[in-house]
Amino acid sequence: MALKFPIYMDNHATTPVDPRVLAAMLPFFTEDFGNAASRTHAYGWHAEAAVDAARETLANFIHADSGKEIVFTSGATESDNLAIKGVAEYYGNKGKHIVTTTIEHKAVLDSCKRLEKQGFEVTYVSPGPDGLVDPDDIKKALTEKTILVSVMLANNEVGTIQHITEIGALTRARGVLFHVDAVQGLGKTPFDVRSMNVDLASLTAHKIYGPKGVGALYVRRSKPRVRLVAQLDGGGHERGNRSGTLNVPGIVGFAKAAEILMQEGEAEAVRIRGLRDRLWHGLTKELDQVKLNGHPERRLPGNLNLSFSFVEGEGLMMAIKDVAVSSGSACTSASLEPSYVLRSMGLDEDMAHSSIRFGIGRFNTEEEVDYVRDLVASRVKRLRDMSPLWEMHQDGIDIKSIQWVAH
Amino acid sequence: MAYSEKVIEHYENPRNVGVLDKEDPSVGTGLVGAPACGDVMRLQIRVNDAGVIEDAKFKTFGCGSAIASSSLATEWIKGKSIDEAATVKNSQIAEELNLPPVKIHCSVLAEDAIKSAIEDYKKKRAARLSLEKGPE
Repeated sequence: MALKFPIYMDNHATTPVDPRVLAAMLPFFTEDFGNAASRTHAYGWHAEAAVDAARETLANFIHADSGKEIVFTSGATESDNLAIKGVAEYYGNKGKHIVTTTIEHKAVLDSCKRLEKQGFEVTYVSPGPDGLVDPDDIKKALTEKTILVSVMLANNEVGTIQHITEIGALTRARGVLFHVDAVQGLGKTPFDVRSMNVDLASLTAHKIYGPKGVGALYVRRSKPRVRLVAQLDGGGHERGNRSGTLNVPGIVGFAKAAEILMQEGEAEAVRIRGLRDRLWHGLTKELDQVKLNGHPERRLPGNLNLSFSFVEGEGLMMAIKDVAVSSGSACTSASLEPSYVLRSMGLDEDMAHSSIRFGIGRFNTEEEVDYVRDLVASRVKRLRDMSPLWEMHQDGIDIKSIQWVAH
Repeated sequence: MAYSEKVIEHYENPRNVGVLDKEDPSVGTGLVGAPACGDVMRLQIRVNDAGVIEDAKFKTFGCGSAIASSSLATEWIKGKSIDEAATVKNSQIAEELNLPPVKIHCSVLAEDAIKSAIEDYKKKRAARLSLEKGPE
């Protein structure tokens, strides 16, 4: 089969919609287009029935007790905002302390920053060098005033899968609510709100081959019953938790995407892990001085985050334009700061600048992986030949021993 | 980020990549930037007795704009006297390569690399002259 360029290997950023998902969605644009809140006619009833079926599917997907615990949103950013600000506003009189980690998504971190301006105190726990947060560090951060702990299921950059079960056990024992941003791990690593004692969970469709613009917040309804203050005012949809007309086609697509993963997720993870390992072994066979960022085993099957020492990440991406990937290099962000996730893990800044994230997904093939391996290996070699740092390394000079003048 | 055609052209066909012997008295070496900042440039010049830059070489660790800036810098200073080369401004490099504002620092680094290489050459020459002159 002919390769299609650029080869998409950025499945942590987003995924293409699975054709089966699209097929399930289409009737809800043109035929069953009703407003799920219309109670007076069949158009509304059909839409509502489709949404309720989707709720049940998603509840099953994460092992929730009931579809009533699913609040549909516009995506994970909104879910994170609603969970953190909604809990803080409702429970703020009980205590004003929140515990999270330094490697959360910006939607979590910036929601916490806003709360800090409103008088809340937030403890940001750092991960170890492998990107793994020690549950003991979460435990130590808890105080009498802690109302919420927020930890992601898996990290979007390095793919490290956190100890959610252990953290859930200790938050439950302390009577503290536990929010999990499950966006990256959903459908790729086991996630069970019941056994993991998760009270709130942010989900999104577009990372699991569903459409963009639809997400959900799981909100536990019993033991404990979690209460929120809605962050959008309006018609009181979603049991008063989130006003706004429901995105029915999106919700139907979200559920279809979940259904596919429930049936095929395990086998898919095995296949994708195989492709990821093929790329990893292929690259390290061709190249020296390649460092794996994140945990070697506790990581998402499709994630490969590598630092190609002595080569700058953006420069490398430019050399591999045929492949769509992303980098932790400063140059890819407006801030000129390299990835805060890699820096939180204690990675040297030059290694953060040299990082590339490959995100392998459902539609990648072995042929694509082999093409990418050959391309990346040859371009890294070429850029190293142009790199003064590589030359110093070859000459046995430790670049850390040089007094660099930062600019 | 979208690159200008000129950046892509220099990046894909960089001029004057390489090394000159830094122990050679006619060679000046400038090493600027820092790995932690994501760019390091080494620019070297070989200067003849008339003070003209006969050859220039670079190696750069950095993004496409940094590599293009250093490539262009070596191209521009070759054949110029060291005094002329010292007048190359980062703004000229940025303009020639259509660098966006977030990439201006790449051109600043290239200007610094030129100046630093010239300074190194002058320092070596002064040391050599005082050696040749011997003690008074």
